[in-house]
Amino acid sequence: MSEKRSKTSILTGNVSRRTALKGLGASAGLTLAPGFVRYAQAQSSEPIRIGFQAHRTGIGAAYGRWYERTTMAAAKAINAAGGINGRPLEIVTEDDGTDPKRGAEVVEKFASQHKVDVVYGTLFSHVVVGAAPTAGELKMPYYVVSEGYHVASGKLNRYVFQPGITDVKAQVSSMAPWVTSNLGKKVTMIFPDYAFGHDHRDFFTEAVKAQGGEVIKHVPIPPTESSFTRYFPQIPSDTEVLYHVMVGPAVLTFVKELGEFYGGGGPKLFGFIDSLEAVDMASPGLEFLDGSHFWEGMPRYLQADAPDYVKAYRDAVGIDQNGASVDDPKDVSTAAHMFGCWETLYVIKAAMEAAGYQGPGDRQKLIEATEAMTEFAAGPEHPQGKKIFNGKLHQCFGHQYISQVSGGRLEVVHRTEIEDSMYEPEGDYTTQSL
Amino acid sequence: MSFGPHLLLATLEGLVTAAVLALTALGLSLVFGVMRVVNVAHGEFFMLGAVLAWFFSTLVTGSPATGFLLALVLSPLVVGLVALVCERTVLRRLNYDPEATIVATIGMLYIIQQLALTFYGPEARPVQAPFSLRIALPWFGYSGYKLAVIAASIGLILATWLVLTRTRIGLIMRATQFDRETAQNFGIPVDKVYAAVFALGAMLAAVAAVLIVPIQQAHYLMGLDPLLLSFIVVIIGGLGSLRGTVVAAVLIGLSDGIISVFFSPTLAKMIATLLVALVLVFRPQGLFGQAAR
Repeated sequence: MSEKRSKTSILTGNVSRRTALKGLGASAGLTLAPGFVRYAQAQSSEPIRIGFQAHRTGIGAAYGRWYERTTMAAAKAINAAGGINGRPLEIVTEDDGTDPKRGAEVVEKFASQHKVDVVYGTLFSHVVVGAAPTAGELKMPYYVVSEGYHVASGKLNRYVFQPGITDVKAQVSSMAPWVTSNLGKKVTMIFPDYAFGHDHRDFFTEAVKAQGGEVIKHVPIPPTESSFTRYFPQIPSDTEVLYHVMVGPAVLTFVKELGEFYGGGGPKLFGFIDSLEAVDMASPGLEFLDGSHFWEGMPRYLQADAPDYVKAYRDAVGIDQNGASVDDPKDVSTAAHMFGCWETLYVIKAAMEAAGYQGPGDRQKLIEATEAMTEFAAGPEHPQGKKIFNGKLHQCFGHQYISQVSGGRLEVVHRTEIEDSMYEPEGDYTTQSL
Repeated sequence: MSFGPHLLLATLEGLVTAAVLALTALGLSLVFGVMRVVNVAHGEFFMLGAVLAWFFSTLVTGSPATGFLLALVLSPLVVGLVALVCERTVLRRLNYDPEATIVATIGMLYIIQQLALTFYGPEARPVQAPFSLRIALPWFGYSGYKLAVIAASIGLILATWLVLTRTRIGLIMRATQFDRETAQNFGIPVDKVYAAVFALGAMLAAVAAVLIVPIQQAHYLMGLDPLLLSFIVVIIGGLGSLRGTVVAAVLIGLSDGIISVFFSPTLAKMIATLLVALVLVFRPQGLFGQAAR
């Protein structure tokens, strides 16, 4: 009889509220339970938990997917080599939806619910800027792989670091001399109309001027734009170099429409690889890019002179010679940025070991140990190359790559020196109290 | 670039926007006109059309035209089917109550969007255009496919217009729109008409999406913009008026193209929104709409 009754209730949709609540409660209990068990164990065998704030959804999803793969590969490598201070490393991933508000909530969730040791990961500058104050309030070390200038500007707080990837100001100022002497001195810039694009606008314009060149026109594009042809008439006809940087799901449209507009002619193109990150160079409509130049944080295509540790890094992350997933040649990586995840995890490891990090009580020691670092040698832990770290700015400085498109591949034609990218520091985080 | 070519480019871009917008808004307008349902999930049917277009175009290898044509036929059909299921399981049970259906379609919006995220993923994926032809004008190059989109859209709108005004099905729809109860008394199966209209509205959005997806890319969040623009168009043109919808779409599309080329895209959006406000104040039924009886 009871069987009959329950059948009826489901059919008519009369599952009682109490039943539903019970189900909810039970599933919530299931997810909470392991937490209690874990804390019953001794502290020393506890894994070190790193909260990974990932762009799983939203406009940064392509980056997020590859950031996650790189992070997991690095964590696996670190654990295989004995972990951090003899303790295993555990990555706890939360999706920030590429949204600043959600980003801040995720940092809070890491602190209060997941009880992680540090938070790390995210890319998009507006998410970092949105989440950094929360990290500061919670006194939670926050290592970002974001490439914006916001960390080095001194405007965030003492808990935010960017030790694994260089910032836009360093990138553009070190490349401007090459652009003006090899491509042309009259530059028009196309960039997304928000913080990241503004960094490009301000610092590249400044750097070109310092080289005796001139940026003759700025073409800002709203970040939600999905069609670009209408902006191209703004490009003055006496432009010698078109500097383009675009992000988000519409990048392929942007480059395709640029090709339709100019065909093979038009100004010389210098792009940030962001305009083509995670996009197959062999996509139809991109043939016109042949011969144009791109900035790359790290070469997407395996270069002939690549050292063994670069090959090992690429194998560990799972990308082939063309920088696409070994499982799916159409799944192109964000190679120019994701190395920063790998390197940042190794910086966290080194800093934790230097600080003798035991648990959240040692977070201040960890901050100071990170600030005390000065240099990271090129090698398996830093496959992109040598870095100089400025503890006062919380920012690293490194080499930049300029690559040329030839035969559907990107070939490195120039590598900047680290010194080319150094600038006068604007801030000093070490003066802030912990 | 001198003024003439500049204006030509702006007009072309505006026409592409108008073409896609007219189709999408027509679907929204039809559903409102006949059923008095404000379908907030309309943009998600658009998105679903694009996502399915990507799916169908990847099923076949070889010439990109085959994949595209397959998508052009199958994608609207599947979207129509999904809409039909939504109509039967949700809207009909709510008795097409105006307030309840708004809330229900908001729910559908999130469900469809999250299902797309779950099964399709967060990436933007391209669909190859059926042909790649760059028309080289003396001042700039333009995509031949974009011109084809304008032509296809005009054809589809004409077809819709013919169906509505020249066929028995159209007559039945118009009768239902005019007076539901009288239509029912004359033996028109209003219930079936509603189901068909809702599916047709969604299919129009899906067709528009298939046409646009080789220009833009399929992405799970792409439904929001067309929804907002469709609402603007439908309010200006008059809810339920086919002619008004098309005129308003061309107006909004062209002004968006021209204003954003010569001034800024933000200004274009501001003017469109201002126009909506003015229409609502001075002519609440829209430019071509009929005052409520």
